[in-house]
Amino acid sequence: MSLYLKRAIDDIRQNRFLNLVTIVTIALSILIVSAFVLFFINTSDLMSAWKKGVRIMVYLKSSTPASEIPALQQQLAGMYGIEQVNYIPKEEALNLMKNQMKRQSSLLENLKENPLPDAFEIRMTSATQGWDRLEKIALQIENLPNVDEVEYGRRWIGRFTNVINLFTLAGYALGTLFFMAAVFFVANTIRLVLYSRRDEIEIMRLVGAEDQFIKAPFYIEGIIQGALGGAIGLVALFIAFLFISSSVQPVSGAQMLQVRFLPLPLLAGILVSGMIVGWLGCFVSLKQFFK
Amino acid sequence: MTESEAKNAIIRLFHVYRNYGTKNALVDVTLDIYKNEFLFISGPSGAGKTTLLKLLYFAEPASDGQILVDGMNLSRIPRKNVPFLRRIFGIVFQDYKLISTKTVYDNVALVLEAAGQNRRFIQKKVKSVLRTVGMEQRLHALPPSLSGGEQQRVAIARAVVGDPKIILADEPTGSLDADAAGFVFGLLKSFHTRGATVVIATHDRQLIQRSGGRVVHLNGGRLVETPAI
Ligand SMILES: Nc1ncnc2c1ncn2[C@@H]1O[C@H](COP(=O)(O)OP(=O)(O)OP(=O)(O)O)[C@@H](O)[C@H]1O
Ligand SMILES: [Mg+2]
Repeated sequence: MSLYLKRAIDDIRQNRFLNLVTIVTIALSILIVSAFVLFFINTSDLMSAWKKGVRIMVYLKSSTPASEIPALQQQLAGMYGIEQVNYIPKEEALNLMKNQMKRQSSLLENLKENPLPDAFEIRMTSATQGWDRLEKIALQIENLPNVDEVEYGRRWIGRFTNVINLFTLAGYALGTLFFMAAVFFVANTIRLVLYSRRDEIEIMRLVGAEDQFIKAPFYIEGIIQGALGGAIGLVALFIAFLFISSSVQPVSGAQMLQVRFLPLPLLAGILVSGMIVGWLGCFVSLKQFFK
Repeated sequence: MTESEAKNAIIRLFHVYRNYGTKNALVDVTLDIYKNEFLFISGPSGAGKTTLLKLLYFAEPASDGQILVDGMNLSRIPRKNVPFLRRIFGIVFQDYKLISTKTVYDNVALVLEAAGQNRRFIQKKVKSVLRTVGMEQRLHALPPSLSGGEQQRVAIARAVVGDPKIILADEPTGSLDADAAGFVFGLLKSFHTRGATVVIATHDRQLIQRSGGRVVHLNGGRLVETPAI
């Protein structure tokens, strides 16, 4: 093993330029793909935080008799996927509004009549946080008697989900593309190295070396390239992350969530896939060379 | 040929042909080589000496006929066994075939590394063999920095370091002056004395006359009774 490692390192030293080009290519591929992963985990963090906060507001017709309200509340609470139903009478809503508006609350002082409707605030169970479910439930509620309007973050959440889905798709496509490009580059380096050492390889065979003995250092070389490229790509991503997150943090606000870097298992996974790229590149070119 | 001689043969060729396109490099060669024999294959340039050796270590397959080496039938040898066939031989190539980017030590050690020997054994053995051929001072030299005679000696060291049953030497004294040739010949003799079978392809008549071993003559790819040179 240490013998193979020594041969692999000798080889990298003797073909510095080729190895450098390959390592940089892998680093770039890893950088781009893991940037997508980073974007993805942060937006899905954001999404799940939003979804947790999703409430359905049910506004009642002003003609609704007070006696029917408890029955309606019970009916809502009994619906599938609904966790909690709070009744918010219009007086309470007005107070809330006054509190929130503070300075401009004087505008509300002079109101003769409360313009706000009575409402229910509904919290969903975690099972119904999927977008389609939410929409379905909202529709059911809308058709109940005495319900005037149902409100939830319809448009913007829906649109945002679409954008994220698009990004995810693009991420997969780019990921596959860069994976293949990186494998291709490693395969090419190893092919060039094999070509420049064909006499040496021939001699090894003539003195009784088995194919495995000849191939092993090349595999190690490919895996080293993959690991180095992966590490460099991730470090570059981390530096970029530090820059970007320091400028994004104040905008997104403390109330929502921290932007976070890739978690450790994912980092390890990306590094391992870099090594797999290296291994696979070797496999392809060795397969060709040893026919 | 007697029964006991047949049992003693370590290499047997039956009606072996080797063609390169329309060129017949070997024609109907039938030959037995015996255990611990010291055999010369002589013949003029282009006679087929190198080709004959190549067929033995399966650098190329025979076009026709059968070759047995140490009980292995080369026309039926699986690809994965070829390395083991080659470890039966220690080969001194006509053009040395040293790896120019590896040191003298690494070139010789390669044989033992490929055979999976442990590092300590390799160090001891390689150094002792290089001492035998008088190259212990040049362990870390690269082959291109050596003279032809020195490269020849490294090539011999590599050929014998694995204690092979058979040593094949292709023009081992080809580019050497009389003294150096005598030294190399002495080395080959000493490995023969220790039990190896030695096959030397050469057109060096002096070398042949000095040895007293069996000589077979090749000419135009055929074995002939009388030498053509
Ligand atoms: N790969 C090849 N392709 C075509 N012809 C070849 C090949 N190898 C050898 N030959 C031909 O086969 C014949 C025998 O060649 P070989 O190398 O065996 O001769 P030799 O006896 O070793 O000669 P020398 O003493 O010059 O080394 C020659 O005519 C040579 O041109
Ligand atoms: Mg020859």
